[in-house]
Amino acid sequence: MKCPRPIIEVGRRISEVSVGAVLELLADDPAAGPDLAAWCRMRGQTLLASDPPRFLVRRES
Amino acid sequence: MLADAREAWLGAQQAGWGDPARLHRRGRLAAQALDQAREVVAAAVGARPDEVIFTASGVHASQAAVHGLALGRRRVGSRIVTTAIDHSSVLATAAAAGVHDVVPVDHEGHVDLEQWDVAVGSTGTVAACIQVANHEVGTLQPYAEAAGICQRLEVPLVLDATSALGRTDLSDAAGWSVLTAWAGAFGGPASVGILVIRKHVRWRAPYPTDDYQGGRWPGVPDVPAIYAAAVALDCWLRDGPAVVKRQYDLVDQLRAGIVAHVPDVDVAGDPVRRVPHLLTFSALYVDGETLTLELDKAGFAVASGSACSASSEHPSHVLAAMGALTHGNVRIGLTWTTAAAEISQFLSELPPIVARIRATVGAS
Repeated sequence: MKCPRPIIEVGRRISEVSVGAVLELLADDPAAGPDLAAWCRMRGQTLLASDPPRFLVRRES
Repeated sequence: MLADAREAWLGAQQAGWGDPARLHRRGRLAAQALDQAREVVAAAVGARPDEVIFTASGVHASQAAVHGLALGRRRVGSRIVTTAIDHSSVLATAAAAGVHDVVPVDHEGHVDLEQWDVAVGSTGTVAACIQVANHEVGTLQPYAEAAGICQRLEVPLVLDATSALGRTDLSDAAGWSVLTAWAGAFGGPASVGILVIRKHVRWRAPYPTDDYQGGRWPGVPDVPAIYAAAVALDCWLRDGPAVVKRQYDLVDQLRAGIVAHVPDVDVAGDPVRRVPHLLTFSALYVDGETLTLELDKAGFAVASGSACSASSEHPSHVLAAMGALTHGNVRIGLTWTTAAAEISQFLSELPPIVARIRATVGAS
């Protein structure tokens, strides 16, 4: 998946997990790391781990 | 290119100037024009005319600046300090010519001066590089403070003035050893790079040289292009302040309008301490290539730092280092003639384009 597809998927799936739960993303796109961090900042979510290709996001709201 | 610069270029081509190293009349005329061009650049950056060298591009100037200092000071060590958001040509040369030490920047792109101090002060540092202003986001670096640190630690500074020269007064910028710029950034020909090396600096040409330009850049200089570059720079020095004011205000309008009318947008860079003409923003869930092409269809030529639209597979290292969103990225550079009407038109066309692209990918 190439940018911005992984972030679009995260944006879609985050509503499927409950607040406090953790979403795991696997993405080999070089933009996924910086863009997921920026997405978390813009959406008030928490980036728990950024270890390409594996990323963990906790839903805060 | 600025109209005056283009006219000067064509006029110079027609005048039939020769090789400036020759004694014939055409050569002497070319040598005279070259001297004039050196004087214009020297006055703009507070240097001596004989310290000014013209290269074939801004990238060549950066490569020569960084690599030349590394060679000249190789007995001291091999550490080269840059910020994380210097131009890619500076980063690549630092990595190739020595041990590259990268100093991070904050969310708006300002270098961390404490870490800069530590990196520059580390044993074996041969050169440090910083921009006056960033070429993608426009943020002005605290270059006077960074230069002061280099002077205290006796490390030569390469000051990349590419985005600032002409638009920011650099005539009393102090503390640099080598300054680089590019005529293409201020409305001159893209084929002219500027390299200014202070007299006392231990710099060695990282390539074989000849008798041209004091043995610092080889080959017959393209005098008509260099002359046109000087005319462009002179336009900025003469009439620039009014254009700078207009560009600064138009970018303020753009920034406010984009934030107000496009949801989920990340505008990068320092909103106040910046060069007047640059603005970068990213629209969430939008791909940069589609956005760039849609804006082109609407009549706007913009650049993008997104991985899918740039010439590389990787997103802009500038945006990534700042923690800015890299996809859906658009970089706008206002020209000398950009008018308020074009800004309003852009602001009315952008929101529906972004909304349409988001609808196509099912994102909101």
